[in-house]
Formats: sequence, C-alpha cells, structure tokens
Amino acid sequence: MTVLQIDILLLIEKLVLIAIIVFASLGIALYTTFAERKVAAILQDRPGPERAGPFGLLQPFADGLKLIMKEEIIPSHANKGLFILGPALAMTAALMSCAVIPWSSSVELFGRKIDLQIADINIGILYVFGVVSLGVYGIMIGGWASNNKFSLMAALRGASQAISYELAMGLSLIAVLMIGGSLSLKTLVEQQMQPGALWNIAYQPLGFLIFFVCALAECNRTPFDLPEAESELNFGYHQEYSSMKLGFYLFAEYVNMIMSSAVMACLFFGGYDIPFLDEKTLSPNVAAVLGLLALLTKIVIFLFVFMWIRWTIPRFRYDQLMNLGWKKLIPLALFNMLLTGFFILMKQEGTWQSVTHLFNK
Amino acid sequence: MQALTNRSRAVSRKPLSFWESLYLPAILKGMMITFKHIFTKNPTIRYPEQKRPFSPVFRGLQVLNRDEQGRENCTACGLCAVACPAEAITMEGAERQPGEEHLYREEKYAAKYEINMLRCIFCGLCEEACPKDAIYLSETFAPANFTRKGFIYGKEELLIPNPITEPEAYALAKGGRVTV
Repeated sequence: MTVLQIDILLLIEKLVLIAIIVFASLGIALYTTFAERKVAAILQDRPGPERAGPFGLLQPFADGLKLIMKEEIIPSHANKGLFILGPALAMTAALMSCAVIPWSSSVELFGRKIDLQIADINIGILYVFGVVSLGVYGIMIGGWASNNKFSLMAALRGASQAISYELAMGLSLIAVLMIGGSLSLKTLVEQQMQPGALWNIAYQPLGFLIFFVCALAECNRTPFDLPEAESELNFGYHQEYSSMKLGFYLFAEYVNMIMSSAVMACLFFGGYDIPFLDEKTLSPNVAAVLGLLALLTKIVIFLFVFMWIRWTIPRFRYDQLMNLGWKKLIPLALFNMLLTGFFILMKQEGTWQSVTHLFNK
Repeated sequence: MQALTNRSRAVSRKPLSFWESLYLPAILKGMMITFKHIFTKNPTIRYPEQKRPFSPVFRGLQVLNRDEQGRENCTACGLCAVACPAEAITMEGAERQPGEEHLYREEKYAAKYEINMLRCIFCGLCEEACPKDAIYLSETFAPANFTRKGFIYGKEELLIPNPITEPEAYALAKGGRVTV
C-alpha cells in the first residue's frame, strides 16, 4: 500500500525506529547523568550515589522525579513565550541530530531489509552541523528571556564560543571529507569498514584532536563550560530555570554529548565497525547487532573521556578560550587540511615529482 | 623579612611556548593523575552500617549507671552539676519509698535528671566528680535532632538498660570504653 507514493510500511518502520532511537537516547542520557556522578566519585576517591536501588541504579529516576516535583517558576519580568521556548529548542536540537547517525548496518525483519539509520541523507554531516548550531539558540533564547544579566552574559558567551569553535570543527572535518569524498555518514563508515581500510583516526590524528576539542566546546563541557560557569555566573543561562525546564537544559547537554560521541565514532573510529573482524562473514542480523554494540562501546568510551576531562581540568579563562579557538585551532585545522590535500594529491599522482610538476604548470 | 617557610617561590611570568600554549601536555599529565585515583582505595565509612571506631578514651554521651542488680546508682547529690563547667546538668532528688529497694540502691534518688546536650562539652568532669560511679561517658555521641528541646536528655535517654532484664542492650550501652 502506498500513501503519497510512499510505502506505508516504510513509514511505519521509520516511525518505530524514530521512537526507539529517541527513547533509547533519552534512556542513555538518563544513565549518563548517573555515570557522570559515579565517574566523578571514583576519580575523587568516594563511592558516589549508591543508596537508591542496587548500586544506586535508581538514582537517575530519583533525580528526575525530584526535578518534576519542583515548583515551576517563571520570573515575572521574563518573556514567557521565549522562556519556555529556550529549553524546548535545546532539547529538540539535541535529539534531532540523532536522525542521520548510522547506528548499525541493516537487519532483516519480517522479510524487509531495515536500515538502522533514520535517514541516510547525502549531506548527513552538514545536517548535524546545522542542527547543532540550532542548539545555540536554545542557550541564547533562554539566557535572553530570563531577563537577568548573568543569564544574558552566559548566553553571549555561549553563542560566541559555539560560533568560534564550529569554525575549527568544520575545518578539521573538511580533511576527513577529502579522504572520504562523501558527506553521508553511512558512506563514510562503510569506507572505513572495507577490508584492508584503516579507521580515519590513522590518517587524521590531528584532525581528530581538533574535532574532539571543538566537540567539548560545542557541548559546553568542562574545560569549555563558560556559559554555565557555576562559580562566576551562578549557573549562567539556566539560572532562572527550575523544575523540568532546567531538567531539559541539563538533559540536552547529555544528549548532545552522546550525539557528538556518536559522530566522532562514525567519522574517526569506524562507526559500527568491529576491529579485526570481517562483518561479511557473519549473517546480516548478527553483524548488525554486534555492530550496534561496537558503536555503543565506542560511545561509552568517549563519554568516559568527556567525564574524565571534566573532573580533571578547570575551566578556561575567556581570553584563553578565544585564543585557543581562533589562534591555535583554526590555523592547525587549516594546516591539517593542506597536509591532507597534499597527501591525497601525492597518492593520485604517484610521485613527488609529478606533484611539484602540477604546481609548475 | 624572613620567610616563615622556604616554600615561597617567585611567580614565573614567562610567556608560554607554543607547545605549552596548546595546554595538551599539562592536560594529559593532569588526566593521568586523576586516572591513578580510579585504583586507589576510597576511605569512605558508610555511616549507618559502618561506624568509625573511636579511641578507647573517647568521651561520648553520658550514661546513668545501674549496679549488678539493676538498681540506679545515682543519689542526686548534685556533685556532677557543681562540677559541670558548662552548667548542662540539672536534677531533682526524691526519697526512696518502702518497696522501691529494687529500683534505687540508696535512700535518695534522682527523680529528674537532665543533661542539655547542646551545652555539654563532653569534658568528663561529671564522671570524675561522681562518688557513686553513677554517671560515666560512653562511646556513642548525641545524634542529630529536629528541635532544641530534643537535645535535653532526661532519664529515659540517659539511663543504662537493666542488666538483669536486658543484658544484651546493657552490654551494648556499656561498651568497651576505658575509664581513667
């Protein structure tokens, strides 16, 4: 059966996939908050939350319940519409980026081949960039609508920081795209999966480093958590927020972390590729499940590194942040791009002489 | 001026080299330090289940003692109240009636005996002053309370359990504290 030239089964399949992925992301984000507290505790020689349920596993639900039960305060001078729009936008933007991430290869269910990716659009990574920049509006609108100078300062900081670091991020990404020759995340992952092909990290260690630092900045994670600087700006843009609206902001941060980990895993660490194993020898369903587990493992490792960094180093000063972004990372990313271009040319032309010959022409 | 310690050092205002200004080596060094802490044993005492062992001469909450037959030792002489530097102890004496010999060891006893735990400084002078071995400091401490009134401990809180009817509770309350 078709509706508007679309197979209705495809529509159902995608809707189910969207529901599963959104709820799974939220569930993982829920437990990421728990993991954050636990990792912080372990790094600081304390046991961390362990009272709610076995090993404290019910702690995130207790936290969530607490947030929901809190009084919903909207400041009297705040712009009410925008005040509510802020956290909603932050959350929506965070969840939207999961649409193009290839969670695994395809499974065969009920005689249908189902791709474990909501939409394999050919500009995948650009879409992620677009949506992530939309997330900045969540911070800006929230900070501005609170009608509070601390919130506004935090919003300004957040916006300028995100814009500065997106540049370096994009430039470091170009080098990866030069190697892959495609913007689709699925194609990029499949290229890294081919037998004999190495993960992109082998070709782009510098690019990965720049991308990782920028991802930290984009997620507003320490050492780049200037928008919510607890000690200077009283929690910044979400200072006036309470109850679940605050919860949405905090949650969006964790969802963003998961998504940027997933993107990094796809771009540099082979996505759902299992190292030293040819997936083609397995049956497609088994390969898909193992691939999903591989991707989740990579995401968990990235999340741990995110937390490890957070509980190790202090916040940058604002001028240091801008210096690092504009004067260090962007030149480095440009250099990396040139270097990559040079090596690609070298590979195409074969020898050094033929490359220099190209320039002399 | 002579320095108190030899640890003071002039701050280096040297501009960072390029490698340093990337912050990476310093960050990696810091991350290795925190990584090492994953493997260190944590010193947490999980309080209600685990308790910190106190020194044998720890001076905690006061206990009003009984003798082996379960009779109260206190005769309400008031020496502890006089000795108390914080003036935390008040009491009212009463005369033992015929038929109460199994409750009180001597003819006079404390009908009311109160210690204000907010005033008490746990110095142990009451224990030293007592001629009847009726009050001594135990190994426990006063738990938190919601009201100030809750910190004024009467005889119900202070009196040690009867060694004949409740021997286990008596042993627990008596504890292993060394009295000097």
